Amino acid sequence: MRMRDLIFAGAAMSALVQPAFAKTILVAPGERAQERLQEALISAEPGDIVELGTGRFALTDGLSLDVDRVTVKGQGGLETTLDFAGQQGAGEGLLVTSDDVVLREFAIENSKGDGIKSKGADRIVYHKLRVEWTGGPKASNGAYGIYPVESRDVLIDSVFVRGASDAGIYVGQSRNIIVRNSTVVENVAGIEIENSIDADVHDNIAAHNTGGVLVFDLPNLPQMGGHNVRIFGNIIVDNMTQNFAPKGNIVANVPTGTGIMVMANRKVEIFDNVIGENGTTNIMVVGYRFPYQDVQYDPTPRDVVIWDNQHSRAGWAPQFRGGTEIAATMGGNFPAIFWDGAGGPDLRPIIQDDVMALSLGLTDINADTAAAQPVPLKRSELRPASLPAIILPESMEAVVR
Amino acid sequence: MRLILPFLACFALAVATSAASDTISEDAVMASAHPSKLSEFGFFNGEAANPSEGLIPYELRTPLFSDYATKQRFIYLPEGASITAGVDGQLIFPVGTALIKSFGYPGASGTLDVIETRLLVHKASGWVALPYVWRTDGTDADLRLGGTRVPITFQHSGTTASISYSVPNKNQCKQCHSAAGDITPIGPVWQNMEFPRKGDLQRISKMVPTLKRLKPFARWDGGGDAELNDRAMQYLKINCGHCHASKGSASNSGLFLDGSAQDSASLGIGKRPVAAGRASGDLDFIIAPGRPDQSILITRMESTDPGIAMPELGRSTVHTEGVNLLRAWIAAMPPNTY
Repeated sequence: MRMRDLIFAGAAMSALVQPAFAKTILVAPGERAQERLQEALISAEPGDIVELGTGRFALTDGLSLDVDRVTVKGQGGLETTLDFAGQQGAGEGLLVTSDDVVLREFAIENSKGDGIKSKGADRIVYHKLRVEWTGGPKASNGAYGIYPVESRDVLIDSVFVRGASDAGIYVGQSRNIIVRNSTVVENVAGIEIENSIDADVHDNIAAHNTGGVLVFDLPNLPQMGGHNVRIFGNIIVDNMTQNFAPKGNIVANVPTGTGIMVMANRKVEIFDNVIGENGTTNIMVVGYRFPYQDVQYDPTPRDVVIWDNQHSRAGWAPQFRGGTEIAATMGGNFPAIFWDGAGGPDLRPIIQDDVMALSLGLTDINADTAAAQPVPLKRSELRPASLPAIILPESMEAVVR
Repeated sequence: MRLILPFLACFALAVATSAASDTISEDAVMASAHPSKLSEFGFFNGEAANPSEGLIPYELRTPLFSDYATKQRFIYLPEGASITAGVDGQLIFPVGTALIKSFGYPGASGTLDVIETRLLVHKASGWVALPYVWRTDGTDADLRLGGTRVPITFQHSGTTASISYSVPNKNQCKQCHSAAGDITPIGPVWQNMEFPRKGDLQRISKMVPTLKRLKPFARWDGGGDAELNDRAMQYLKINCGHCHASKGSASNSGLFLDGSAQDSASLGIGKRPVAAGRASGDLDFIIAPGRPDQSILITRMESTDPGIAMPELGRSTVHTEGVNLLRAWIAAMPPNTY
């Protein structure tokens, strides 16, 4: 085949791949940014790209996207900023409610509620985004930075979140999730996977939060029974920012100085992480110890595997009821790994890490932590069968490749 | 000229007898492109104060609170078309229907200064939400898919309030008018509707005879001798239940205020917040029975901060009377052990 034919064939191929009418809608910062950008998000058609120019968009209200297969693309996380300091309405900066959406290379600053929320938005890709409350940790900051919920197939890759008064990256009531290559600092929770099924959290940095990575299951929600979560290859260090979540939120109960916290979830694997400089503990596995009414809810964590993690200092300032007393009995330091004992010995986590691990012996889910009967947990040598890796549709991986 | 006058008289007579969709353009309603001017539909004769005779005006016993705005609601039914209804009283409209709602505040001369008119148009492809904003001279309204804000000053209970009135964008319309991702009407539920124009009630009752068996819902503001619980539940259903429903925008909260809650936690009683963030206001429960001051539901209704306020859209003032109703409702609940 001659060169010219090759080029022609290539052009024909890309014409097939590109939807025939796909177009790029350019939006620059400046006057009436709110209305121009929102109108672009409304008038976009499937396959279109809404491209944000360089600079700062001064916005007065939440934005929303409800068209399938739209890409919203900026010029970079430092170059294109959606500034919500003057926001007067809506619960988040950007709300996505359609499928196959790609959000990439822009920033959201100082939204009054959540940063970016996607609800019922399947196959969404968050890539190279920055969500930041620029004043640092404050109770008046919005709750979640990146917030996919009730979605199937979620990819969060190479994002940065700072200052969320709940969780920097929060995935709720979703399925088939990857959170990777991202950095979360100075949030209450760095990354939180809640009431979700099948998630990989890997190669992230969670530093200077109150708690680095949380895996929770809560009652009274449409999707419960969170399970199959792998946390691996992350750096989870120095999560010593004093908890600044408003009381009443579940994360307000996360002790300052927590590396990884698993609550009431099952089938969770924690391996190959570097975890340290967390004043309460590096890894805690606990039951849901609050009153609730929900016959379908299981408050105990189970089938948790902790393997091959690298630990440094932990437990010098345990921030929960009874923590200091337990630490005193152990020579002043709380262990790097602990389990509250919920449900009794059959449900104990399988631990191979070469650090002190403790059970608080609180078999009864209603027992007070101050009544702990601490006993060391034995190390395991036989690793249970591993959970399979999460695989997302190839079209999603192609976006970030 | 003498010939023309009788001709015009005949024409006027014909209009009067044909339920008068004289000026209304069915083509505009059915078109796939959205008309850029409201006048293209012909729903109003020049200005918002003059609705076409072809529209059916209706009112709601319990309305959604929208910053004390006065609302005028109309149904446009295409020529010869008929309404049906679900067993729950939800009216089901044929393709070609438009639901029309104007929002405004009383002007200096006692007339209504209309700001915007929102349409829900039932096209062959489904319902479409279209916000139109009236020009300052009141001659026509322009489509504003991206929404806008309008500074408004109004009087309520002897005090003057100045707000940044929010005209929702097309997506925000859908946030409330959504069931499992599709746009749907919310307001037209028979038990909550009233028809002020003579003959309309009979006309619709004739289309759906079963509706007459349904008992009217309580009025939130206590018209009649409705029980406190009925009034509060009705207020919650109309003001919160469109999102807080199993297929609504707030389905993930597990808080269901549309009347579907099967247990007290789903109604918020003793339920802890999930994704409320700072909106929890240092409180533990959505509803703490007997303790309105300790209930997140109340603090969110009393806030106008966009990160806290509920409902999230269309409210920049506090609905004091609505808050008072729900405070009384929660205060009357027997406190439990939480």
